[in-house]
Amino acid sequence: MSLMEILLIIIPSTLLWAAPLIFTGLGGNFSERAGVVNIGLEGLMVIGAFTAIVFNLQFDSVLGDATPWVALLAAMVAGAIFSILHAVASITFRADQTVSGVAINLLSIGLALFLVKLIYGKGQTDIIQKSFSKIDIPILSDIPVIGDLFFSNTYYTSYVAIFVAIIVWVIMFKTPFGLRLRAVGEHPMAADTMGINVTRMRYIAVILSGALGGIGGGVYAQAISSDFGHATISGQGFMALAALIFGKWNPLGVMGAALFFGFAQSLSIIGKSLPFLENIPSVYLLIAPYVLTILALTGFIGRADAPKASGVPYIKGKR
Amino acid sequence: MNKRKMGLALSLALTAGTILGACGKEDEKETTGEKPETETPATEEAFTVAMVTDVGGVDDKSFNQSAWEGLQAFGSETGLSEGKEGYSYLQSQSDADYETNLNNLARQGYDLVFGIGFLMQDAVNTVASQQTGSNFAIIDAVVEQPNVASVLFKEQEAAYLAGIAAALTSESNKIGFIGGMEIPVIERFEAGFLAGVKAVKPDIKVDVQYAGAFDKAELGQTIASKMYSSGADVIFHAAGGTGNGLFKEARDLKKKDPSKNYWAIGVDSDQTAEGIVDIGGTEHNVIITSALKRVDNAVKDLSAKAAKGEFPGGQASTYGLVEEGVGLAPINDAVAAKADIEAKVEEFKAKIVSGEITVPEFRKDVK
Repeated sequence: MSLMEILLIIIPSTLLWAAPLIFTGLGGNFSERAGVVNIGLEGLMVIGAFTAIVFNLQFDSVLGDATPWVALLAAMVAGAIFSILHAVASITFRADQTVSGVAINLLSIGLALFLVKLIYGKGQTDIIQKSFSKIDIPILSDIPVIGDLFFSNTYYTSYVAIFVAIIVWVIMFKTPFGLRLRAVGEHPMAADTMGINVTRMRYIAVILSGALGGIGGGVYAQAISSDFGHATISGQGFMALAALIFGKWNPLGVMGAALFFGFAQSLSIIGKSLPFLENIPSVYLLIAPYVLTILALTGFIGRADAPKASGVPYIKGKR
Repeated sequence: MNKRKMGLALSLALTAGTILGACGKEDEKETTGEKPETETPATEEAFTVAMVTDVGGVDDKSFNQSAWEGLQAFGSETGLSEGKEGYSYLQSQSDADYETNLNNLARQGYDLVFGIGFLMQDAVNTVASQQTGSNFAIIDAVVEQPNVASVLFKEQEAAYLAGIAAALTSESNKIGFIGGMEIPVIERFEAGFLAGVKAVKPDIKVDVQYAGAFDKAELGQTIASKMYSSGADVIFHAAGGTGNGLFKEARDLKKKDPSKNYWAIGVDSDQTAEGIVDIGGTEHNVIITSALKRVDNAVKDLSAKAAKGEFPGGQASTYGLVEEGVGLAPINDAVAAKADIEAKVEEFKAKIVSGEITVPEFRKDVK
């Protein structure tokens, strides 16, 4: 296999892998930057995946090729609504944010499976017909070499994810809203004295994280699994959380970390076909992504500092 | 302070809601059987049988569903009704439920209790040693207890037939195999498939790769992408949910370039529905066929034996082509070589049934 052929497989699959993680990781970024730990990302992805699939199955005859995109919007709305539960519990009622996040995870998978049984009378849905499919991006894919590598045999959602990551970075670091969001997560009392409504900012952040988590789940379900069952979302939300920490709570870092995870996974799969790796027992290749991640986390990125007020409920007037 | 307590209460309510929600329908199932033992059954001689599903549930389009269909078929043939006097099932929500459910059914006096799937091996072992008066059966695993019948399948025979279909369909003479985890069951699939391919086209190269998981569709998709782009035109999977990624990739590629061949072969149950792809208004299907594992036939057969008093306790029964424990689903009409494949499959099936060919069980035995 030549280098070109290897890259032709690795790059598209890296992008495919990374897309759901980028969306969900960005969601976590909003919430944690505002000082609310969101361990419920997994659950929000479940809700997103479930909503996207059900919506897709119901409306594909009406909406035609636009179905997956509209379903993604539905997943976004569902994720946002669901995350309000987390916001109410952890912001208004100041519950432990980790406990509330875990509750979201448990509740979402239970609820989604229950509804699947109720609607379809079986344990998993049928596969969707209108999914995100492989495309060559017009014009860009005609560029020699680069077009083949980056813009052929890929999915639009991957590019949307990268684009959204850049937008989130701009919002978070270049706008007044972003500054307030970060202030609320670093030192809520100082923000409060400056007239920022801490509760409102945190609500917005958690709901945004729900929306993005829902999109992440919707992307995964419609670009990869194509149906919804109990194992559709199994750990991707936690991977996104890891990408968030790995990316040091920076949107572009999150994107880079998600792409790195995707790259490591693709490499572990293609490794078996590479001339210099083919004699390595496959188990080493399978664990390689995780080993690489641990190495990267411990050795290369240095200290990962969480936003200071992350995980601490804000109580007005309390020192 | 008060607010904080409210928060905790809300979190607790959410959690409790989830756990209770998950019980849902099973409640009624469980209560149907839990009548006090004082009630003297009118049909004491009637044979009763029940099964415990693994976490997949009774409608998982796979194993558990197939087993339940087997019980239903057995019930309707012998005139039993669903419930305590006939046949029933309990669904497991987590690994922790296996022992409880098995115990529960044994105490309710079912003559035979099935544990479906190798995940239940330990649970069946434990419960069988406690409830020595009841008979148990386990699918896809071996439990060495005098009151347990173990049911195994000759997956290699189904995979062998799938291999024949794959080899005859392939035009590029490159074929792929995606395995879930490297466990004996999947190795049987691999060995049988390789042997089947070799039986009709000895010089074909089969690219074998294991994903390391049964529930990671994205792994299946990446592996399939790699195999298809390196020239394979038929891929067989024995990887459960990971195989969904294979179907997704095959559908996507077919949609992108309908003139080329991207075939897939399903496993366990007839997966034809997973392969439908709509290209410009016409429906295509990328699935050639599926290697079937007839858990239903095995469950039915074992129940019938037990009802006749010939319960094979302490033994491991293996169901192959002869016992109709495995098989091959109908061939896709769109495959050019359909008639040829069907003829060859019949030919080799006869040879396997007659014992002329023994399909290898291990990778190292494939020549």
